Amino acid sequence: MLYFIEQLLNGIQLGMLLFLLAAGLTLIFGIMDFVNLAHGSLYMIGAYFAATFADWTDSFVLGAILALVATLIVGMALEVVAIRRLYGRDHLDHVLATFGLLLFFNELVRLIWGPAGLTLSLPSEMLNAVQVLPGLYYPIYRLVIIGVTLAVGAVLYVLVMRSRLGMLIRAGASNREMVSALGINIKLLYTLVFGLGAALAGFAGLMQAPILTVQIGMGENILIAAFVVVTIGGIGSIRGAFVAAMLVGIVDTIGRAFVPDLLHVYLSEAAASSLGRALSSMSIYLLMALVLIVRPAGLFPAATR
Amino acid sequence: MSNLLTPRIAVNVALVLLLGLVPVYAALTGNIFAMTLFARIMILALAALSLNLIMGYGGMVSFGHAAYLGIGGYAVGILAKEGIGSGFVQWPVAIAASALYALVVGALSLRTRGVYFIMITLAFAQMIYYVAIGLDRYGGDDGLTIYHNSQFDGLIDIGNKTVFYYLCFAILMAGIYLVWRIVNSRFGLVVQGARSNERRMRAIGFPTFRYKLACFVIAGAMCGLAGALLANHTNYISPAMMGWTRSGDLIVMAVLGGMRAPFGPLIGAMTFLVLEELLTRATDYPNLIIGPLLLIVAIYVNGGIDGLLGRARRG
Amino acid sequence: MADALLEITNVTKRFGGVVASDRISLALDRGELHAVIGPNGAGKTTLIGQLTGEIRPDAGSVRFDGADITALPVYRRSAIGLARSFQITSLFLDFTALDNVALAVQAHAGHSFRFWRDAHSDNELREPARAALAAVGLAERAAMLAADLSHGERRQLEIAMALATKPRMLLLDEPMAGMGPEESARLIEILRKLKGGVTILLIEHDMDAVFALADRISVLVYGRIIASGDPAAIRADPVVRQAYLGESEGGADRG
Repeated sequence: MLYFIEQLLNGIQLGMLLFLLAAGLTLIFGIMDFVNLAHGSLYMIGAYFAATFADWTDSFVLGAILALVATLIVGMALEVVAIRRLYGRDHLDHVLATFGLLLFFNELVRLIWGPAGLTLSLPSEMLNAVQVLPGLYYPIYRLVIIGVTLAVGAVLYVLVMRSRLGMLIRAGASNREMVSALGINIKLLYTLVFGLGAALAGFAGLMQAPILTVQIGMGENILIAAFVVVTIGGIGSIRGAFVAAMLVGIVDTIGRAFVPDLLHVYLSEAAASSLGRALSSMSIYLLMALVLIVRPAGLFPAATR
Repeated sequence: MSNLLTPRIAVNVALVLLLGLVPVYAALTGNIFAMTLFARIMILALAALSLNLIMGYGGMVSFGHAAYLGIGGYAVGILAKEGIGSGFVQWPVAIAASALYALVVGALSLRTRGVYFIMITLAFAQMIYYVAIGLDRYGGDDGLTIYHNSQFDGLIDIGNKTVFYYLCFAILMAGIYLVWRIVNSRFGLVVQGARSNERRMRAIGFPTFRYKLACFVIAGAMCGLAGALLANHTNYISPAMMGWTRSGDLIVMAVLGGMRAPFGPLIGAMTFLVLEELLTRATDYPNLIIGPLLLIVAIYVNGGIDGLLGRARRG
Repeated sequence: MADALLEITNVTKRFGGVVASDRISLALDRGELHAVIGPNGAGKTTLIGQLTGEIRPDAGSVRFDGADITALPVYRRSAIGLARSFQITSLFLDFTALDNVALAVQAHAGHSFRFWRDAHSDNELREPARAALAAVGLAERAAMLAADLSHGERRQLEIAMALATKPRMLLLDEPMAGMGPEESARLIEILRKLKGGVTILLIEHDMDAVFALADRISVLVYGRIIASGDPAAIRADPVVRQAYLGESEGGADRG
């Protein structure tokens, strides 16, 4: 039972990371109608920047802040130089362009930092575990991830739903021409939104860096999961991204933790192990397929443009 | 006569001739690698051709098309490992298995639109990818070597590189012709109409779902054949055949060459793979050039290379 | 009531709190051209949607030639002889005008699981398509891409496509929208020629067209039919004048 709760917490923590990525993706897609395969690259860059800056400044927090700023700048620069020329085009053109960017960034990172990954160590206070339930100790840092992301999520929600900027963002989503006719600088708005998405991705990357990984190609694996989250949640919906992220994070983690063991009860060792691995990797896709069959536009589809 | 010799037609004819003469060149210069490279180009061109059918003409952007390459390849590999070496069994199974998976994927995915469709096709490809990784008996993550090519009872020996090359050539040419006939037939017009304006198609009375599904299955089957060829070409199968980056490569090839152009996929496959080959030799970091190149093509070149050729005529 | 081809009975549709269609009842006789007029937001689009099958009524029924088609799917309505044109032009823009109409013909030529023969040179499809184009005066534009046609020509093409299916009834959703006086006059003539041969439900704002063509007129306001009858009666009806026609000076003499 305690093991289950521990896995549940891990699932929630994974869900938080997915939420950060999915929120950026869903904003960019919902508002600019742009499919961004290079989003995982921004996640990767955030992690690499954090590892490097933390190394230079000898401080995890300072390194994280610098990395966040750097990723934001890279994101906005990318939007100005490349992304904005693709608005309004076929999604296929977006796929082609961002696929190229993805390849480029992976190669660039390899050029600058080499093929082996980096490590980022946590400040010593974070290394301990804290007792969440009688008999269950959970690493502080993972709790920090959950907490910080919830805070970010709340800020994001308030920003998009309640603030004037958020209103402009949502208005720009449904009627771009109208908003620019009103004198709002829509180019700047889009650049900011893209930058925000990049910052969220970079933030996810740097947060998971100490406990998971900093290596080339790390963006691709989680990007697919993030796309699954956006699809399940409904494009353009932050709330949907959150709910879906929790679902996906939990299903994936619990699946990997329990499915192989479950199968061992019924099948032979070899079969259980192969099938177990396959099924647990597939769980989130099965979930997505199921959701789309019942609700082809996701759980919380935002109003169509 | 002058309007028969447009730049587009000239390039296509030159391409076919070039491909036909590669083995001759290889025999004369001893450069076997050229045959290996171009055989691979033709096989992937066949895969890109099948993707072009659903994506270029049908508007169905599938990010999971490499799954059928994998299914076709694994059909050959698995049967070979289990002692069934006859191509007369392996290849039909490869095609049938791919068609079946396409039927299932299509039936579930075609209810969705736009980005959701892209994502769900990706998911289904990932599913089969993970299944392949889990198949310990057939190599799992490491893949499986195939020791004997598909046997055709003495009718044709595809272990001979030249014979195999011309077989791929024949199949590709037949495929290009077949796709051309399909897209101009009544069936093809329904699929193209559904791409152009699906709501109107339904309003005038077409039950578009079944036509799109049939198209999806045909494309899957064709790609399955490409998979069987690929397995014989490399004598090796692995889950990487159906990775999503491979699906991405196929999309790139189809778009690069020009969608809705009969020879587009071939041009795209050739351009992409030759470029990749050249750049890999020239530098340790080929993607630093390929990446931005794709970006530039996406931004500035509408209609791919075929589009450029078409514009070249109008001057 | 004479031979009613289309019977709409108590059709009601709510969207949230808004009643878009409020117990609408209407009957169209064979060969009649029946115009439905009303201010914007009156629910005309919702009404058409329930006739084409894109919207399911919450209550009431739609009968076509005696059969209940209330729940019939969109793609089957064309097969039973009910064709529509779209308010916002919905054509196959990257196809030629002829190809557009040929597709409509093809939809009624049995199944299309034919993979080999070139459909572009299939006379079974091309001849009726050319005839439909000629009927709307677009014969010379056959080879032009739909995207390159003028606004008025696209409207004509819309009607040609509806005609190509040899319908028994045409649902025309504001075909005059956005047309200049010359184009409108041309379209009025085309519709005049079609009258009698095919039953037409015409949704329109253009009063010249309505009073020139309609056998009967129904007035739709806030989802309800407030008046229905021949043009002279409608013109004289004080309720209608107040709700709709009387909103600007000059009443019936609108130029």
